[in-house]
Amino acid sequence: MTGEATIFLVLAIVIVWGGLLASILFLRSRPDSDSIPEGGEDDHREDDAPVERDT
Amino acid sequence: MTASSGAPAAARPREQWTGQVGFILAAIGSAVGLGNIWRFPGVAYENGGGAFLIPYFVALLTAGIPILFLDYAIGHRFRGSPPTAFRRLTRGGEALGWFQVMICVVIALYYTAVIAWALSYFVFSFDLRWGDNPGAFFTGEYLQVADPGISLDFVPGVLIPLAAVWVIAIIVLMAGVARGVQRANVIFLPLLVVAFLILVVRALFLDGAVDGLNALFTPDYSALADPNVWIAAYSQIFFSLSIAFGIMITYASYRKRRANLTAPGFVVAFANSSFEILAGIGVFATLGFFAFQQGVTVPELEGLTGVGLSFVTFPAIVSQMPGGPLFGALFFGSLTMAGFTSLLSILQVISAGFQEKFGLSPRQAALRIGAVAAVVSILLFSTTTGLHALDTADHWANNIGIVASAVLSSVLVVWVLRRGGELRHHLNAVSTFRLGGWWTFLVGVLAPVILGYMLVSRIVTLISEGYEGLPGWYLLVVGWGAVAFIVLAALVLTALRWKRSPDDFVPWPTFGPGVDTDHKEVRS
Repeated sequence: MTGEATIFLVLAIVIVWGGLLASILFLRSRPDSDSIPEGGEDDHREDDAPVERDT
Repeated sequence: MTASSGAPAAARPREQWTGQVGFILAAIGSAVGLGNIWRFPGVAYENGGGAFLIPYFVALLTAGIPILFLDYAIGHRFRGSPPTAFRRLTRGGEALGWFQVMICVVIALYYTAVIAWALSYFVFSFDLRWGDNPGAFFTGEYLQVADPGISLDFVPGVLIPLAAVWVIAIIVLMAGVARGVQRANVIFLPLLVVAFLILVVRALFLDGAVDGLNALFTPDYSALADPNVWIAAYSQIFFSLSIAFGIMITYASYRKRRANLTAPGFVVAFANSSFEILAGIGVFATLGFFAFQQGVTVPELEGLTGVGLSFVTFPAIVSQMPGGPLFGALFFGSLTMAGFTSLLSILQVISAGFQEKFGLSPRQAALRIGAVAAVVSILLFSTTTGLHALDTADHWANNIGIVASAVLSSVLVVWVLRRGGELRHHLNAVSTFRLGGWWTFLVGVLAPVILGYMLVSRIVTLISEGYEGLPGWYLLVVGWGAVAFIVLAALVLTALRWKRSPDDFVPWPTFGPGVDTDHKEVRS
């Protein structure tokens, strides 16, 4: 490959794949915020409802 | 049905992803679609090669990711598909929500057809059925394309895989968000990445691969001064990320309330672009081999994007390659999987919209709406006039429908309702990556200006120059007709009665005077 093309290939990989890696690492370091306001609990009462079948 | 009418307390709780990873995989599966494989490489090559990466990256950061966050905020705060979420934002917003759902309907009708083609070609790869002239095989023997018009001459070779794609998609949707859509993505997305990685590695070892990479990555700096190149970059980012037509609103609405939004959003956006770069390398290494075989240079090749690239150029390459059948199977298998996971997200928007408005279960919505859509899709796109209809509907649904939807959402939220601060507060309250006032500027000013320019210039071009040399009456019926259908259906669906009113809803976390939008400290 020519030098110029190689530079841009490497740049693309470093910036975009590096960005992916960085965003994964950032998320893993703090998966969830620890300062979420009170409330917002989800209602799970019917999450696993009995299977309904059309007969 | 278990739900008793009119009693919110008895309302079934919203379906949910099983967790952060499930949501991220599904969102990446949605964003990574046909466009990543067949659109990005050609667009990058034609718009400055390596230099295109600069406007591309700027567009990702200034428009793609901010609009993605806008979708997340609307869906997650107002907990619904677009009609529900926009109605909870403001009563009249429901029509915009249905506008987005109807865009999804139109896209789903033809998107399934392309996946069906890819599935057929996956099978054809094993015996190189396209022979010596893949171009003639595709439009002639396979699609049996007739003059543009309306025909009922069905092509069995398309009808059967098309019906199969619909049946599988409906079965996945019936199983619900976690057990259907998420599970399909957990299976197909890793499989897609592995299959495509094998393909790229193989491509890199072909003769001429280096010439292809040189063609793609050698920068043409003069492109940076061309406004059209910047518009191409914003379009590529915009269409690639599955934003502004309801998908990310719907997907975010299935996240639990106390869930991080922005940090996973970066993972989704960068994963989508990462796959585009990978596809660029794979596609251009392969094209380099093709040019080498033909004894020409890469710029002399034709059919570098879209349907032509996938169903004409690639089959021709596969025929000339040692081990071609395996390479073809990997390519068309990847195309099928990338398309299918995106299709699921498009259909989930439609399903969710109808579930919420008409009180249907996921199973009922998938079966009823899926059956109707499948019939219409087969009628329109498995006939001898399917290719023209598909190309035209695709162009209008994307360039007019989705772009208008983005401009309308942004203007409505930021300018008409002045709720940008509330949505920023919402994202900051639940997320680990905090957004500053710049986010409101990007979503409220930059995005509508650029997208508005794209929309107006496209409308002018389509009216003055037509499209692909197709007859004017045909563009009026299929292109503008699709847009008119989307608008009309949106108005009708808005006017119908809700089975259970969505209006008894209090957004969480609370927002009002005294609440710090930057969320350094929030009063509870």
